[in-house]
Amino acid sequence: MTATVPLRLLVNGERHDISVEPRRTLADALREDCQLTGTHLGCEHGVCGACTVLLDGQPARACLIFAVQCEGVSIRTVEGLSADDENLHPVQQAFWDHHGLQCGFCTPGFLMLAAGTLEEDPERSDEELRDILSSNLCRCTGYQNILAATRAAAAQMRP
Amino acid sequence: MKPSSFDYVRPNTLQEALELLADGTEDSKVISGGQSLVPMMNFRLARPARLVDIGRLSELEVIRTVDDRVHVGARVRHVQLQNTPLGGPLGSLLRRSAALVGHLPIRTRGTFGGSLAHSDAASEWCLLTRLLDAEITVRSIRGERVIPAAEFFVSVFTTAMEPDELLTSVALPVLPDDHRTGIAEFARRAGDFAIVAVLGDVTVSDGTVTAARIAIGGVDDKPFRSAAAEKALLGGTFGLDLLQSAAEAAADEVDPPSDAHGDAVYRRDLVRALLPRALAAGAAA
Repeated sequence: MTATVPLRLLVNGERHDISVEPRRTLADALREDCQLTGTHLGCEHGVCGACTVLLDGQPARACLIFAVQCEGVSIRTVEGLSADDENLHPVQQAFWDHHGLQCGFCTPGFLMLAAGTLEEDPERSDEELRDILSSNLCRCTGYQNILAATRAAAAQMRP
Repeated sequence: MKPSSFDYVRPNTLQEALELLADGTEDSKVISGGQSLVPMMNFRLARPARLVDIGRLSELEVIRTVDDRVHVGARVRHVQLQNTPLGGPLGSLLRRSAALVGHLPIRTRGTFGGSLAHSDAASEWCLLTRLLDAEITVRSIRGERVIPAAEFFVSVFTTAMEPDELLTSVALPVLPDDHRTGIAEFARRAGDFAIVAVLGDVTVSDGTVTAARIAIGGVDDKPFRSAAAEKALLGGTFGLDLLQSAAEAAADEVDPPSDAHGDAVYRRDLVRALLPRALAAGAAA
């Protein structure tokens, strides 16, 4: 029952050949098997959103999907947002500029949530942005600066 | 917070999936989007011995309109329904209901059929299928059968499906333009399961209600159809007064549970408040 299965994950454009038990969640596989610890685990039951990653471009909870389900899926994590330290993704830059984080634990999840939805459609209304940001929990900021940062990133990303 | 061990199989075809479900493996469970199942597994409230992942069965991801029925495939994701271009009172009800299912990152993974098979009495999709007297198609190697929504939901997390059966699609009726549909629900936080949810579908001809269906969640162990509210609406002049008397009738009729989220008195109050809101808002849409 505890046998591992070989698995190829495509994370941030790179192949990771790993071997995991079927019960390994994607979040744990990213952290433990791919050594990508930018994806954080908070509640492990889909409520807090800290582990949000993009699956084929769409935000999803990495704690609510097993790694074995992700073969053939393009996975993007916070490590894949910017090409290098000098050129942050517009969402990362906006969180920096607008103080959209304090302790930083929830930040990778918020960055992926915002990046995924804004890359799909940067023209989202304020009401939509509030609704989308309600998906994740932050215990420090009070959300206002996260909203301000996401608004600013949206403005930056519009054509 | 980690699930217990299980075997994992991912069939490539529907036939293969049905054969797996019929092979006699104990405690085998279908996983579709996993957005209800995986939390339960992480808490170890569910400990299936084997998961049959239907993620590759793309033929179940289709929404098809045939004559006066819209067939929603079991693997259609919530977000697909939130963005459906389907017109009329059905399209509007699907979009508004989908927007209330969890949060966006849940809606990108969770599926319509998975939600029905999970059978939570406060689930928007369970209520919507019960409201519209949908027909639910299930398949096994023994054949196919169609289960009316009224018989499909048995109790909390319990449906009329046999262990070897797979939910494949759901037939919803196309609603003509003289229908008014709507949904209103109350939850403590955005994205939570509703404490009480009310869905309505009324047909109005020259201001008079000629048909009415009201479904209420959070007041029973399965989606509840309020015969009292439907009777109160039928033949009446559509408007806020009528909706309020139907809401009173529903509040009298329901026998809600009391739990940490709200006691029976509070839930009755929510029925009273939400029923008019569901259809008054729907009237404008």
